[in-house]
Amino acid sequence: MTDVNKLKTELTEIVAAANDLITLESARVQALGKKGKITALMKTLGGMDPEERKTTGAALNMLKDEIAELIATQERALKKQDLEQRLATETIDVSLPIRPESKGKIHPISHTMEELTAIFSSMGFSVAEGPDIEDDWHNFTALNFPPGHPAREMHDTFYLPDDPEEQGEAAKKLLRTHTSTVQIRAMQDKGAPIKIIVMGRTYRSDYDITHTPMFHQCEGLYIDKNVNMGHLKGCLMDFVRAYFEVDNLPVQFRPSFFPFTEPSAEMDIGCSRKDGGLKIGAGEDWLEILGCGMVHPNVIKNCGLDPDEYQGFAFGMGIERIAMLKYGIPDLRTFFESDVRWLDHYGFDPLDRPNRATGS
Amino acid sequence: MKFTLGWLKEHLDTDKSLNEITDKLTALGLELEGVEDPTEKFAPFKAAHVVSADPHPDADRLRVCIVDTGSEKIQVVCGAPNAKAGMMGIFAPNGAYIPGTDMTLKKGKIRGQESNGMLVSEREMGLSDEHDGIIELPEGTAIGTPFIDIYNLNDPVIDIALTPDRPDCAGVCGIARDLAAAGMGTLKPLDSTAVKGNGDSPIGVHIDSTEQCPLFIGRLIKNIENKESPAWMQNRLKAIGLRPISALVDITNYVTHDLCRPLHVYDADLLKGDITVRLSKKGESFDALNDKTYTTDEGVTVITDDSGLLGLGGIVGGVSTGCTETTKNVFVESAYFDPYATAKTGRALQIDSDARYRFDRGVDPEFTMTGIEIATTLIMDICGTDKTDPCDVIKAGETPTWKREIDFDYAYTKKLSGMDIPEAKQKEILEGLGFTVNGHKITPPSWRPDVYLDGGKADIVEEIIRVVGYDKIEAISVRSDNAIADGAETPQITSVRLARNALAARGLNECITWSFMPRSLAAHFGQDGTADKALTLSNPISNDLDQMRPSILGNLITAASTNADKGNGDTKLFEVGPVFPSAKPDGQRTVATGLRFGALGPRHWSSESTNTARKNDIYDAKADALAALEAAGAPTATLQTAREASEYFHPGRSGVLKMGNKPLAQFGEIHPAILDDMGIKANIVGFEVFLNNIPKKKKKGPAKPLLKNSQFQPLSRDFAFIVDENVEAEAIIRAAKGAERNLITDISVFDIYQGKGVEDGKKSVAINVVIQPVKATLTDPEIEGLCKSIIDAVSSKTGAVLRG
Repeated sequence: MTDVNKLKTELTEIVAAANDLITLESARVQALGKKGKITALMKTLGGMDPEERKTTGAALNMLKDEIAELIATQERALKKQDLEQRLATETIDVSLPIRPESKGKIHPISHTMEELTAIFSSMGFSVAEGPDIEDDWHNFTALNFPPGHPAREMHDTFYLPDDPEEQGEAAKKLLRTHTSTVQIRAMQDKGAPIKIIVMGRTYRSDYDITHTPMFHQCEGLYIDKNVNMGHLKGCLMDFVRAYFEVDNLPVQFRPSFFPFTEPSAEMDIGCSRKDGGLKIGAGEDWLEILGCGMVHPNVIKNCGLDPDEYQGFAFGMGIERIAMLKYGIPDLRTFFESDVRWLDHYGFDPLDRPNRATGS
Repeated sequence: MKFTLGWLKEHLDTDKSLNEITDKLTALGLELEGVEDPTEKFAPFKAAHVVSADPHPDADRLRVCIVDTGSEKIQVVCGAPNAKAGMMGIFAPNGAYIPGTDMTLKKGKIRGQESNGMLVSEREMGLSDEHDGIIELPEGTAIGTPFIDIYNLNDPVIDIALTPDRPDCAGVCGIARDLAAAGMGTLKPLDSTAVKGNGDSPIGVHIDSTEQCPLFIGRLIKNIENKESPAWMQNRLKAIGLRPISALVDITNYVTHDLCRPLHVYDADLLKGDITVRLSKKGESFDALNDKTYTTDEGVTVITDDSGLLGLGGIVGGVSTGCTETTKNVFVESAYFDPYATAKTGRALQIDSDARYRFDRGVDPEFTMTGIEIATTLIMDICGTDKTDPCDVIKAGETPTWKREIDFDYAYTKKLSGMDIPEAKQKEILEGLGFTVNGHKITPPSWRPDVYLDGGKADIVEEIIRVVGYDKIEAISVRSDNAIADGAETPQITSVRLARNALAARGLNECITWSFMPRSLAAHFGQDGTADKALTLSNPISNDLDQMRPSILGNLITAASTNADKGNGDTKLFEVGPVFPSAKPDGQRTVATGLRFGALGPRHWSSESTNTARKNDIYDAKADALAALEAAGAPTATLQTAREASEYFHPGRSGVLKMGNKPLAQFGEIHPAILDDMGIKANIVGFEVFLNNIPKKKKKGPAKPLLKNSQFQPLSRDFAFIVDENVEAEAIIRAAKGAERNLITDISVFDIYQGKGVEDGKKSVAINVVIQPVKATLTDPEIEGLCKSIIDAVSSKTGAVLRG
């Protein structure tokens, strides 16, 4: 037994002294290997009397387990120490900037068009389109602008050379001055009832701080048998409140004049101006936002419908203008300058698109 | 259209306040642009007595005055040479805003002497340019008399925006009529008593162009004195921004603005023979009263005498017969000029005048005669002498017919407007506006050419409801017909939106550029505006914007270059918008276009070369094109890459993505010659995705085909082929794929090598083929067989040899 105790002390010291995994492995071989010290002592069991053999054998087995456990513990400690040492050498600069990646932005005009689509579609409008290059008939005559009428002049129209394959007003090519041309095309195409919005490029020969030769309009048209001015008012009131995200935004309708509507109106929304800033909402001032009215009987007739049967409203607004007002964009001309700093700043995330359900 | 409150009250008997009146104007459709109330602006300025004016102890030119303002005696340091004790001046206290110098007065010290407020000059009050001294008021002016009373400025000026359909309200009287109809007072009757003439007019009038000028009325008034017009008239004209000239001219201006009745006065002694209204011949010229000389085209309405042109009918008169202070005999013209003809002439010659403003809109034809009687009365009152002698009115032509009877159903008002207005009230409003109501037959007055016969019932509804007030219309929400609204987008709009989002998500910024571009630039992109003018604007705003764009690329290149000039070199831009290969209604195409300028990003510590950032190359542009195509619903997996991209791309570094024969997109480096021509040094790659060419998806319902995942392990094999260097990778991929379509799921190219070990003119292309067993794990012989058929297919299709 003395030998066993002696061996235990000896082996425990050897294991404890092993301060790396290689030494520990040799300690394991020394202690537990086939030619190890415990095995050697085991071999002496044969020469013992049965009683002694029994107790010494048991003690040796216990010692074997104890030493194995000691080695395992030591191994875990050494591995942990090793890993810690390795990790300590693997430290890198976590403050370095990431690899460049870029997300582009959606232009405020496109974003606003999607917002308009979302709002008006929830009222049951669908989107219609038409060409930018139009003719005199669609842009003016069909919309009840009499030839030579001063209102035609107010439009500062861009003209293209006459189309030699067409006659009269269809030959007179121009860039549409308003999206109202699509009212005509859509009514001719689809008849009534009809409930559409039209968004697109429009052109007028004017270029200064508040005018660009190209701009965007949103047009609305709702024709049915009993659509009246109350609907016009309700539709646009609901629209501005949803679009500007101001509940109970005050609105005002004033009589105005457009050749293609009668009665005609302009719509103002409430605002306040303080220290050069403009805030949309209840305030002491009004801001003109759009033109609208009941579609003129002549326009309905020009589209092949019976104005005694069908009536309805139309409206039109500048998309740049409502985008500028909502998003606080100060200068119209910057919309078309493609300055990346402007696009980054005023543009919108392509993964966050307007959606009535999410309220964005 | 400007007028003053006092002027309005000349026609409107009212006790309403200025605010009530201006609010009602807007409610009636006569939109208030602004009110300038001098009473407020000039409130602090009052007459004051200069008690003493002693020399300033420390400044030769200054005086220290004691000013009695009525409420206090106050010290004012004054620099005016005419400041003297005993005078009456206009005093502005501290805190007053001085309009002429745009500053607000503060108490201060001038050279050590306390000074409060100031004594003002005419220039400081914005009255004139006079600044030699301070205003000296007549003796006897009471201390404290308001400045506005002394200068008769106590009349607020109202400015309204007049829509082009309302000629009647281009006269103060018409505005008063609208207000009276809306319950803002009573319209005062107009005194238009005819003035008895003494015999025939020695000057005859003739009309050769009755379409353009159906009626011309004139009157000779002899022996008048053309002096200054009276102060009341001058004040009103000045208030609305007109410069008083002489009584005769002022009367024409006054009647124009007061009654919307433009007039013209000729110095009768300068007329040569009779007056004839005719159409011009080409090249006739005359000196107009606006100090310009005009040369006519053929067919312009002109007023002539034996000497030639006297003026342009309804637009502007001429110098040769203009009235001056020496005019003794005046010939007054009151004519009706056709709106369209006048507008056409005015537009052609680019003349805006107060007369044209009214004739363009259509003046009251019935008022032509009344106008000349009112003018005669005013001339006789103001310029008359003992010997003044008006001739009989002379008239050529006839009053154009204007009467039209509209059949109106009063129930239509409710149907169209949603407002329930009793029939009696509707009639009352119409009559108040001058309409003749006879049961269901309604005749608009002569001054309302905007109420047409055609569609006139809607016009009548507008008349009624604008007087009642649009604010009385009850709003009704518009709802979707279905509980859940249908989708609103057309397939085209959907593909535009999806392409846009895909490109932005890839890091490109969306731009919106002009639909036009310079003709020279368009020529680079396939549209020669010089040869084919169909898409060249006839009246461009500038030469930079004169051609409808055949491609968006030119505009984006310009934009990227401008950004680079501002220090933002590495840009990625796109636009989804129209291009115009033809001017026909169906000629417009929607193209998603983009470009990458310079490097992919900034130089970065992680890149292989620390000196340069990776340049954008055509494969980036190809990836953009594919992303947009994929988003827009094109079958990108089956597209073929071909050469033959448009000429504006580098011929060797560009390609077309085709579906059968249809090009869906093209990409490549922009042709160096174009960049050179545009003065751009950088390398640019770009792409165009022709959204209209993408076939519409067949609707098979929302369900996706069932996913079939094989349970067997896929395996992959690498092959390196030696091919001629002009063999394109896609040919190898297609050939390999063709070897076993059912099992080969993916092929990628992982190495292209030319150089040592590869013969000149050849290249090594290494591909990785992924094989997905379907029915059972492949046996070694099967795999070997498959590999062999891949090698055979590639060899036979491309002449490739497996690299040893």
